[in-house]
Amino acid sequence: MKISSEYAVQMRNITKNFGECRALDNVSVDIKKGTIHAMLGENGAGKSTLMNILYGLYQADSGEIYINGNKIDMRNPNIAIENKIGMVHQHFMLVENFTVAQNIILGREVTGACGILDVKKAKEQIDVIVKKYGLKIDPDAKIEDISVGMQQRVEILKALYRGADILILDEPTAVLTPQEVKNLIDIMHRLIADGKTIIIITHKLKEIKASSDVCTIIRRGQYIDTVAVDEVTHSELADKMVGRSVKLIVDKKPANPGEVIFEIDNITVPSKAHSDINSIKGLSLKIRRGEILGIAGVDGNGQKELIEAITCLTKVKSGTIKIGGQEVQNTKPKNVIKNKISTIHEDRQKRGLVLDFSVAENAVLEKYNDEPYSKNGFLNYRLINDFTTQIINEYDVRPEKCNKIPVRNLSGGNQQKIIIGREIANNPDLLIAVQPTRGLDVGAIEYVHKTLVEQRDKGKAILLISLELDEIMSLADKIAVIYDGKIVGEFNGGEVSENTIGLLMAGGSSKNADNSKNS
Amino acid sequence: MLNSIISIINTTLMYSAPLVFGAMGGVLSECSGVINVGIEGMMTFGAFVGAGVGFYSQNPWFGLLAGGLAGALLAILHAIACVTFKADQTISGMALNFIGPGLALFLCRLFFNDMTMTDRVPNKLPKVFGSVDITVLIALLVTILLWFFLYKTKFGLRIRSVGENPAAADTLGINVSKVRYASVIMSGLLAGLGGSSMTLAVISQFTPTAISGQGFIALAAVIFGKWTPHGAYGACLLFAFAQALAVILGGGKIDVPSEILNMLPYVLTIIVLVLFVGKSMAPKANGKPYRKGTR
Repeated sequence: MKISSEYAVQMRNITKNFGECRALDNVSVDIKKGTIHAMLGENGAGKSTLMNILYGLYQADSGEIYINGNKIDMRNPNIAIENKIGMVHQHFMLVENFTVAQNIILGREVTGACGILDVKKAKEQIDVIVKKYGLKIDPDAKIEDISVGMQQRVEILKALYRGADILILDEPTAVLTPQEVKNLIDIMHRLIADGKTIIIITHKLKEIKASSDVCTIIRRGQYIDTVAVDEVTHSELADKMVGRSVKLIVDKKPANPGEVIFEIDNITVPSKAHSDINSIKGLSLKIRRGEILGIAGVDGNGQKELIEAITCLTKVKSGTIKIGGQEVQNTKPKNVIKNKISTIHEDRQKRGLVLDFSVAENAVLEKYNDEPYSKNGFLNYRLINDFTTQIINEYDVRPEKCNKIPVRNLSGGNQQKIIIGREIANNPDLLIAVQPTRGLDVGAIEYVHKTLVEQRDKGKAILLISLELDEIMSLADKIAVIYDGKIVGEFNGGEVSENTIGLLMAGGSSKNADNSKNS
Repeated sequence: MLNSIISIINTTLMYSAPLVFGAMGGVLSECSGVINVGIEGMMTFGAFVGAGVGFYSQNPWFGLLAGGLAGALLAILHAIACVTFKADQTISGMALNFIGPGLALFLCRLFFNDMTMTDRVPNKLPKVFGSVDITVLIALLVTILLWFFLYKTKFGLRIRSVGENPAAADTLGINVSKVRYASVIMSGLLAGLGGSSMTLAVISQFTPTAISGQGFIALAAVIFGKWTPHGAYGACLLFAFAQALAVILGGGKIDVPSEILNMLPYVLTIIVLVLFVGKSMAPKANGKPYRKGTR
């Protein structure tokens, strides 16, 4: 394609190496003015790197960038900002203890004499943009006190405040609730109507379909294809992204449930913030061997407290939790593991792994104290390594032979494989999976789902907690809906519509749902 | 009774000035995300240069200024190590605590007949309101100015953003290295002023023990004051009060061994840090070198 001012952005033959690793190999893209252009690729495919180069955060080793038909040397973000490019990063770039307004004006402050801040004038300027695009914010609130959705609006405002015409959104929906996603897509369309150009980096096919006009696929640092979104199907996009054909629908046989192995009877758990309020208000559950029980619900309705109660990270006020007839509530996490409950925690970087420990050390986090992995206080690294290699091979962790690499350096999907391998190696009776596919790409999600179903078929009881309703619907044999610390409905999988569940998740009326979010 | 109260207040203020300068240096540096444990070294070097220049020029104001510049000079080393080469900030600061006194003693022997102390300066800094050192006023002024600078100007906003989330600042086109260099060097300047205010206002010469722990106490004041100028100022007054108490009780009728009394400020520092600091309010990126493109 020719270099032309018809295009907001043209990147030509971009190559970038990080040390030995080639992150981008001769990639070219053209982004037409006034469109929403999706960059699709798996985690680590290089799409974020490409956009960071466009924004001047990284410098390409070779290649050229044209903005509106003019060649630009993007040495730093200042040059990108001058050229009216704005970027909303995946991990928000906000100063937590600053106010919304301070974050927006930072680096391009409204000042009087001697650099003294003129907060009032700044807020007026912000207000103009807020009104124009319907980006609701509270300029005086501190970032640490506002919702993730509002933080994202602050990020978008930051870019617009700097006069951005080209907006790069890096994985914007990864942290949003379904309502917030819809809201964001509305905002994107309003921006396009005003003549802006948007580049959205994502690996979520559904959102590309809902939002974008054109989609460029990048795989392992290579340009694969650019397609008009209307003309392709979900599975075509998925295949191009992963480079082989993937199953978007979980392939599973009907469950063959056995006896009840795990039972929660009427537990209450006090809230962390206010000990006189209960987060879990009399919750009961039963799970049989060989079935997956999925708990659907909006974030903040007691999911976190439920997991912490089962794993004994928090105490229950009343009620019992039994595994194989044995009560485990209010004991120690170690005792829970000993009683054959294993957990894939939601936040793998915080609860699942010690990021600066090696893969091998992480693999034995729950076993290091037991023979044969340690004896008389000495670790037996030979056996630990053997055990780790087994997990690596069995779960196809990449790179191979990563025993001694800090687990921090692995991709999210591979980190998750280590955790899953470790937990399954405990041979649990109950496997708890909390948001097991959060932040993973299609290929890795497929793998995680397959593994969970395999474990079910081996007669394990599986408790799946997920905020993604799609995941619950496709995996669970039984679906329980949690709302305001209680189970408000239980269904057999396949016998209930997404709508019914959605309604229950919102507590029947939207007003209740709002209250629960604020509490 | 009234006399002894006035004398305690007087002495407290006198000892507070060097602490305040040092603490403001600490606040500034740490707000930008660079831990500065080298304040003690910078203060010692500033104390010597202040006294030396004050003696030779016979003008205490030249001395004060020179002391500040001497502190800034050492701070450049700290900035090079911590910002450019991303060294461990605590270790670099500790190194300065050896370099500062070492350099001071070396130069002292060179210029003052192989003695480890300077001659007395002919003119000390003036006093105002009868008996209050002018450095006390300057220190208060510096505190107010620094507060205004940090919280009301765009420069302050940038410094604090760099200390809290350098990656965010970077993406908005703020040069993290430049901001940190400037903050650390200004921090050294303030610490140097603190040192020379000791040798030009409190005592009138440099001795190897002129600065003995004030830098560290100032550092404690920064933490106790939750990294704010006003908080640190209050903390400095408290620690200075302990020093004053030691001096006044030592000269009084109560029979307490002077060794115990001299421990007072340091013991108080530890007690205060243990009891009252609680939840840490340090700038989030404090002590962390900024590397572009780390995820």
